[in-house]
Amino acid sequence: MSLDNSEIEHLASLVRITLSEVDIEMLKDQLPRILEQFELLNEVDTSDILPTGHAVNVESVMRQDELRTPLSTAEVLSNVPNVQGEHIRVKTVLEE
Amino acid sequence: MGELWKLDLAEMHDLLKQKSISSVELTQSYLDRINSVESEIKSYITVCGDFALKQAEEADRRIARGDCQKLTGIPVQIKDLIATKGIKTTCGSKMLENYVPVFNATCVERLYEAGAVLLGKGNMDEFGMGSSCENSAFYATNNPWNNDRIPGGSSGGAAAAVAAGEAAYAIGSDTGGSIRQPAAMCGIVGLKPTYGLVSRYGLVAYASSFDQIGPMTRNVQDCAAILEVISGHDEFDSTSLQRPATIYSDSLNANIKGVRLGIPEEYFLDGMESGVRERVNSAIETLESMGAMIMPVSLPTTKYALACYYILAPSECSANLARYDGVKYGYSYQDTDDMWEAMGVTRSQGFGMEVKRRIMLGTYALSSGYYDAFYLKAQKVRTLIRNDFDSVFQQVDALIAPTSPVVAFEHGDRTDDPVRMYSIDVCTLPVNIAGLPAVSVPCGLSDGLPVGLQIIGPHFSESNILNIAYAYERNTEWSASIPVMD
Repeated sequence: MSLDNSEIEHLASLVRITLSEVDIEMLKDQLPRILEQFELLNEVDTSDILPTGHAVNVESVMRQDELRTPLSTAEVLSNVPNVQGEHIRVKTVLEE
Repeated sequence: MGELWKLDLAEMHDLLKQKSISSVELTQSYLDRINSVESEIKSYITVCGDFALKQAEEADRRIARGDCQKLTGIPVQIKDLIATKGIKTTCGSKMLENYVPVFNATCVERLYEAGAVLLGKGNMDEFGMGSSCENSAFYATNNPWNNDRIPGGSSGGAAAAVAAGEAAYAIGSDTGGSIRQPAAMCGIVGLKPTYGLVSRYGLVAYASSFDQIGPMTRNVQDCAAILEVISGHDEFDSTSLQRPATIYSDSLNANIKGVRLGIPEEYFLDGMESGVRERVNSAIETLESMGAMIMPVSLPTTKYALACYYILAPSECSANLARYDGVKYGYSYQDTDDMWEAMGVTRSQGFGMEVKRRIMLGTYALSSGYYDAFYLKAQKVRTLIRNDFDSVFQQVDALIAPTSPVVAFEHGDRTDDPVRMYSIDVCTLPVNIAGLPAVSVPCGLSDGLPVGLQIIGPHFSESNILNIAYAYERNTEWSASIPVMD
């Protein structure tokens, strides 16, 4: 199993992580070795087996739609890196 | 009063209740202890001394009013991925280096209501991803038994703090062994409860279907006392289960006559260290001598657990960590006008290499061409692993196994080889895959380093596995062992 530079770069673009050349070389070596370990699962017959998402049965829980005191605007914005007034400032999303 | 940090919770509680000591004195003694040993252990990311002393004053007022619960006035360290209002919660990551939560995790709320005193936040592998505490963005934690060695991970700071007497107890989290493995390596008790028993609200998510909060303590009684406080349904966590409140301490009677204990052969691997094997086998003989029925059992799917976990947990992580975009909170690269560049550089500079590796792996496993072959396949294997446990628990009440196949290793020994690092988790991962409870209890030393005995039970069998651990602990002297530190 192997991954080439373009596959690593494609993955990096999907996860929005800018990788250095050094990172790419390291991951090109390590990811295939990890993925090879996963191939062990191919020997398991799972043809009639249902997948498990949670180990303990989990059901959706609903509560009454009642008014509660929310966090204040100041609290919500307290960790925002770039605030303008009472708004979160972001980079340009739509170009003209 | 001398070395208060050597006392267990029940002893501290008695002294507080009798007003022989105050919570302020007890808290100050821990702050002094931190001051004297923290430079060599590095178990804390944040120490909040002033906050702790204020909480201690409040605890003393409660005690004066006659309200002294089991944890009132007793100082705790909390792993730094559990939200504490007004106190930095970094997850061991540069991404959250300056993040100050505006709310408390439910377990923190419950500890505060019980009168706990927060000393500070524990070092850890970044976002819980690691087995040695070396993936902290800030510094590695040292094992109090030997400073050249790792404390285990990811809750390495918590385990080291309890072992070194830098906290009366700690709260950790366990996604693939992150409470039990460091507990084993530092010679303390660590419990990973049944999935859903302790609310995950305020626990920063790594792999949501595996993560569980639990206590890390000097002995089993302490562990039971803390579980009583932090467990229970929480409407803020939809996976938290409705269960009757249980006084776990009441089930500790040290009687294990006739208890059926299975020894799963698959957990005694070829690669396990001989010292670990000897200590665990000796512990099994001790349990048998106390009246337990020992029987060999087989869990044939155990060998698939490692691959299953390292597909599913990174897949969940890749989704959970998508939230770190540098916009709403956390590290943010600002030196560009381009949104995508800002996000890419933010995540590149904010995350460490192990986190990036797992996000990449998880995204690969979830991508369209590989979803069936990796993610779905692993979810089906998860069913088989769970079925294996279900059938073996028809025959036995609990399973006895090593917690880790190796004792604490030297810093840097495995950092260059992720496959070798992941392989240490082989005895703990299956428990998270099946959502089971398991406790690690000290069972002796190998070459001067602690070995952990793992007791695994069916869902919601905390009372039973804690009692087995308690019975073992009462018949040995290991839990009283304290590392020699100069």
